[in-house]
Amino acid sequence: MAAAAERIGGLARGEDRSASAVWSWLTTVDHKRIGILYLFSSMIFFLFGGLEAFLMRLQLMRPDAHVVSFALFNQLFTMHGLTMIFLAVMPMSVGFINYMVPLLIGARDVAFPRLNALSFWLFLAGGLVLNSSWLLGGAPNAGWYNYAPINTGAVVHGVSLNPGSDTLGIDFYVIGLQLAGIGTLLSGINFVVTIINMRAPGMTPMRLPLFVWASLITSLIIVFAFPPFTINLVLLMIDRMFGTGFFDPARGGNALLWQQLFWVFGHPEVYILIMPAFGMISEVIPTFSRKPLFGYSSMVFALVVIAFMSFMVWSHHMFTVGMGPVVNSIFAATSMAIAVPTGVKIFNWLATMWGGRIRFTTSMLYAVAFIVCFVIGGMSGVMLAVPPADYQFNDSYFLVAHIHYVLIGGALMALFAAAYYWLPKITGRLLNERLGRWNFWLVFIGFNVTFFPMHFLGLMGMPRRVATYPANLGLGFWNTVSTVGVFILTAGIVVFLYNLKRSAQHGELAGPDPWDGRTLEWSLPSPVPEYNFAEIPLVRDRDPLFAEKVHGNGRLVPAQIAEAHAAEEHASAHPAGIHVPNPTILPFVVAVALTVTAFAAIFRVWPLAILGLLAAFFAIFRLMYDHDPGHYVQPEEGAR
Amino acid sequence: MKRRLHLGVRARLAGVTLLTMLALSACAQHAQSALHPAGPVSQAELGLMGFGFWIMLGVFVVVVAVLGYSLVRFRERRGDQGLPPQVEGNHRLEIAWTLIPIVLLALLIVPTFRATFALAQQQRGPGVVQVTVVGHQWWWEFDYPQLGIVTADEMHIPAGERVQLTLRSADVLHSFWVPALAGKEDTVPGQSNTMYLEAARPGLYPGQCAEFCGVSHSEMRFDVIAQTPSAFAAWVQARQHPDSTPATAQAVQGEKVFAQYGCGSCHTIDGTQFQGKVGPNLSGLGTRLTLAGASLQNTPKDLRLWVSDAHKIMPSTVMPNFSTMSSSDLHALSAYLEGLK
Repeated sequence: MAAAAERIGGLARGEDRSASAVWSWLTTVDHKRIGILYLFSSMIFFLFGGLEAFLMRLQLMRPDAHVVSFALFNQLFTMHGLTMIFLAVMPMSVGFINYMVPLLIGARDVAFPRLNALSFWLFLAGGLVLNSSWLLGGAPNAGWYNYAPINTGAVVHGVSLNPGSDTLGIDFYVIGLQLAGIGTLLSGINFVVTIINMRAPGMTPMRLPLFVWASLITSLIIVFAFPPFTINLVLLMIDRMFGTGFFDPARGGNALLWQQLFWVFGHPEVYILIMPAFGMISEVIPTFSRKPLFGYSSMVFALVVIAFMSFMVWSHHMFTVGMGPVVNSIFAATSMAIAVPTGVKIFNWLATMWGGRIRFTTSMLYAVAFIVCFVIGGMSGVMLAVPPADYQFNDSYFLVAHIHYVLIGGALMALFAAAYYWLPKITGRLLNERLGRWNFWLVFIGFNVTFFPMHFLGLMGMPRRVATYPANLGLGFWNTVSTVGVFILTAGIVVFLYNLKRSAQHGELAGPDPWDGRTLEWSLPSPVPEYNFAEIPLVRDRDPLFAEKVHGNGRLVPAQIAEAHAAEEHASAHPAGIHVPNPTILPFVVAVALTVTAFAAIFRVWPLAILGLLAAFFAIFRLMYDHDPGHYVQPEEGAR
Repeated sequence: MKRRLHLGVRARLAGVTLLTMLALSACAQHAQSALHPAGPVSQAELGLMGFGFWIMLGVFVVVVAVLGYSLVRFRERRGDQGLPPQVEGNHRLEIAWTLIPIVLLALLIVPTFRATFALAQQQRGPGVVQVTVVGHQWWWEFDYPQLGIVTADEMHIPAGERVQLTLRSADVLHSFWVPALAGKEDTVPGQSNTMYLEAARPGLYPGQCAEFCGVSHSEMRFDVIAQTPSAFAAWVQARQHPDSTPATAQAVQGEKVFAQYGCGSCHTIDGTQFQGKVGPNLSGLGTRLTLAGASLQNTPKDLRLWVSDAHKIMPSTVMPNFSTMSSSDLHALSAYLEGLK
């Protein structure tokens, strides 16, 4: 990975050979390098989140165990959830979106390359602030959903609501997630604008690859879902730092207000995690079945309906808070209804394979595993939508099984499929297929052995978030099985890491089109040059490259650019080459300044916090009013 | 140290017969299971869980069958030439797999609505036992407002009757869950929730807090003890007339220790000057099965362990560690408390 990153680093450095590699990464505004930064850092966070899960499973392997203390266990499950959701799965998807969307729509970059860099640095700053809590007095410890009023740490009748844990942990949550959240929101805006405005000629909305549709919908969900969460975080921040009581009933606040706002964000967030996966699967399955995606329009329509409905189901997380039978019934109905468009997607994927000529690459194996595991997660989802049944399922290990079937069985399997499918485009080298098979079977078996028994544990009366359980409940056996599964899963991840390392150095060269692909990115060299397309292609079909292979000479036709834009857009028409933006350190400076503000706020050093904010504002103004003349790159010989 | 749940026959448990306890020990492994319902509420919930499961299993079988067939039948074979037919869709099929799930979900939604409303009914009436459940970090308080009883860690109910619960919280969110009798309902600070449950047969049904509530969330357990109506009446009678007078010289000494260490500023013992409201009401402690959020068995030894080292059992509990208390004081204290009837 590092070596591959270096190769691309070399390309991007271009004319400025004196700049160090580190500097070039800090200042890059190239969507591909930013995509690599996302993929690399989310991978590191993923390993941290996995280590946290590993420790929890060691603790829960046997009843009455004391591998870790209760207080540490609570920090582990909180940080595991936060890390996997906000710092691993979501940014991993954003990484692929970053790298692939411009290639898939025939663009040379995103709409706002500098904003894109700012998004990444804010995400990384948020993740580092959150994780620094481990070293600075203790991590947040009230769960990833951080319910009120325990999260306020308020003192009632002389006793803290979070006794024994009155650390600043939850301040790291509040501040770290605000930082990362700004980055995510900016990223969402950037990709909405990019996908709407930057498409190559002929790339009409109903010709967009499904992954691009999924990215567009994901970005729209981000734009609408993150504000309620930010509001929640701000209210909690002033509750904790300035003594207000929005969430503290003892001071006239409302504990359920947090839950409502949280899930107004939180349920769409689930779709933020799974939508890109839908998109990835919709690229992988047609390619390896050698057929176009079945029912393209209904797939797009299903995505839109799911996104819309994802905002109407949040209270199914709250069936037991006492909302009454009317509200519970309404949310039961909307939650079940969301299964209909999801079912449409599943059957369309099956129909895509039907009658095809299926190649079982590792990527395809993961896509098939995705369907099986995601269907299981979707089934338990429908079961959870029945309020009286949910009274038993809710907050039990059944729910833990459900979310992991959706987030690992769904999102992570799709990310693995995407990794085997697209990393060769990014690194220029194929991942080893034999190691890939080991990786796949270990992950698939390990995952199911770990999480399927959790359905039983929940039904047998094991609540989630318990640091231990007594021997007499008979929960020991399945918990042991589950922990054994984690060892297998871990082995699978290790094989993947080894495969990454080995293939980046010695892997077979991928060439531009290793999979006989159907979409635009496979017309480009691997790795992709800085300017992506030497000539902006004309898109003449929903599967543009495939159409040219069948009906043309296998090469994309350059777009007929209108005369007025020819000088600017068309490389061959411009003697100096292709116009690309200049690198800039300013996005990184903004992130550093806001990180200083974050730590100052956490430790209540207000003058420093204000200073940091001023520095950030100054850098943002520089970014806004500093005209970037850009520079020109000559396309390499032979580049199409 | 940790509780060995209700396997031992505890004669002190008034009203629960030896026979019941034996029956319970036979199914102790399933006592906290939602799959072994012991009342109409959990039975109804299991019914819907099952109905949802069978419908979904049907869908799963279809998906996996189609998937499995495709993977075998349409895999690339050596010598395959050219492209498979490039089918882009089929409107009839797409409409079919939109409509069929709608029909299946319509089947599921009808009993869902019925049960959701049925389980939300209020059970009010002269003969209905009302219990106010209050979640505390990390123990359960059970108040019987009609009967003037306040107790902790175990909720006694008459078997075969619907019992109406009002749920409150003293601090943070908790969730009241007795899987064998009923699904969860949260206790929310600043709000009263309601639910009802019923045990079809006398027995002991363990429950547990299901909403994360702080460091020792996992130790916040309780038992529901369902008794025959006459045994329940006897329990009520005993609780309404608690015997808090120390019977032995050691217990008299224990009462002094209780006062000397200020235990009464947090704990109430009915019929004494001790009227603290922070911790559990200790009246009749000697008749209880468990201690400390049901995390310990109620034996004099475990009681002494709890008093001297509560934070080992339940980290961060409000209960202080009386680690400097002398052994004789501890023994006197446990004699006094275990003597409360």
